[in-house]
Amino acid sequence: MQAVLARTGQAVLGQLAQLGQLLLLFLDILRQIVTHRPRIRETVEQLYRIGWQSQVVVLITGAFTGMVFAVQTYHQFHKVKMDTAVGPVVSVAMTRELAPVLTALMVAGRVGAAIAAELGTMKVTEQLDALRTMGTSPVNYLAVPRFVALLIALPFLTAEAMAFGIFAGYVVAVHMMGVDEAYFLKHMFEFTDLKDVMSGLVKAVFFAVFIALISCHKGFTAGEGAEGVGRATTQAVVSSSLTVLMANFFIAVLFNAIIPP
Amino acid sequence: MIEVRALHKSFGEAPVLRGVDLTIREGETLVIIGRSGGGKSVLLKHLCGLLKPDSGQVLVDGLDIVPLSEDELVPVRKKFGFLFQGAALFDSLTLYDNVAFPLREERRSEAEIERAVMEMLELVDLAQARDKKPAELSGGMRKRAGLARACVRRPKYLLYDEPTTGLDPIRADNINELILRMRDHLKVTGVAVTHDMTSAYKIADRMAMLHEGRIYAEGTPAEIRESRDRIVYQFIHGIADMKMKQETTHGIATVR
Repeated sequence: MQAVLARTGQAVLGQLAQLGQLLLLFLDILRQIVTHRPRIRETVEQLYRIGWQSQVVVLITGAFTGMVFAVQTYHQFHKVKMDTAVGPVVSVAMTRELAPVLTALMVAGRVGAAIAAELGTMKVTEQLDALRTMGTSPVNYLAVPRFVALLIALPFLTAEAMAFGIFAGYVVAVHMMGVDEAYFLKHMFEFTDLKDVMSGLVKAVFFAVFIALISCHKGFTAGEGAEGVGRATTQAVVSSSLTVLMANFFIAVLFNAIIPP
Repeated sequence: MIEVRALHKSFGEAPVLRGVDLTIREGETLVIIGRSGGGKSVLLKHLCGLLKPDSGQVLVDGLDIVPLSEDELVPVRKKFGFLFQGAALFDSLTLYDNVAFPLREERRSEAEIERAVMEMLELVDLAQARDKKPAELSGGMRKRAGLARACVRRPKYLLYDEPTTGLDPIRADNINELILRMRDHLKVTGVAVTHDMTSAYKIADRMAMLHEGRIYAEGTPAEIRESRDRIVYQFIHGIADMKMKQETTHGIATVR
């Protein structure tokens, strides 16, 4: 019993220590952004790698999610002769939940893994130490451009996923399932508010912060050798994805409390 | 001058440094020898504040760098160049950009940067390879490039972590020659850690042996070479099973 308690206590302390390290990294990144000159070249390079190169993955995810959602909801609504409800349901679901969460999960898998692997490899090959000996903070040179790039890129990627998901849902519902186009669009615009879109985009900002912080932290604290880098990469993806899913619930509750739908 | 006083460092439960006292004099090249995993690289990283000790002092030109924050260490680190064991070149940058990196961080003009970088690349015979990425270079070329990057800011102190490890004897000697060339050309104070005795004898003005977390012996290369102390003799001659009939300690300047 004592051993179980000790192990549980150690695990809890370990998690709290990690949370503390993440908070310190976040504060260091904010401090570096405020006190140091912006690294425009590195940030643009990261925007290209994180934002531009993620587009295909995100667009495919958004489009197929919109399509499958349209198919599934059509068959349910068709039973009660509410075919045109497919439009608002797809639209509200894509903007409030599906686009921000699925985009964040795809980016966590693609970009989070790349960040953790790159920084982890730099750590085990002493490149981070090399930066420090040259008087350059690894947080400033490596974490800040990735953080800023994710903060800019993820809301745009989310917006693209929303647009493509809704458009793909429209194509499936109207052109495959035969839903009336005029009513589909009318109901969609009637029941989808700007606040639905904004809620999805604000979520994307939070998710960008979580993915950037967790991935950079896992990279900076990677263990020795290929095994350490591999473990850091896996942990970055798993932790980022779980954080996105859990945070999504709390942010949704918070938003609904502040701005009732 | 760098002074190390009563330096202690443990990783978890394992003590690595157990009270190191060492002085590195201006203009000399001090070589720290000792067994693999004995804490030589750990000691080297303490000299420029890459690691914080559990206790003890590291005085760089009279300033104790142990309590300094990362930001406060920046001006101290500008006095140092560090050649890492694997060279630690940035994979994403060309050789030229790697060597230019510390100067660009200081926001020097591109003309000044080009002049300094090309001078260093010529000094290490890599001017033709300026546009290559580190992955395209051999181990020896990477070390030479690392040396060029370490020296481009004209540091006062140069730290070498196993400069010849992993190189064949010819390329290792090439690095030794470069280290001597850098010392003569830039007038730097050098600290090298190695277990390559050929290299150690060639580049050292003075040698110190780290054993069981402490400086066990210090002296000139000749004094170390002629030592009859069992531990020193065993290490410098690479004898695994030591059964010396006579154990004397003459010829060593200091034996602790």
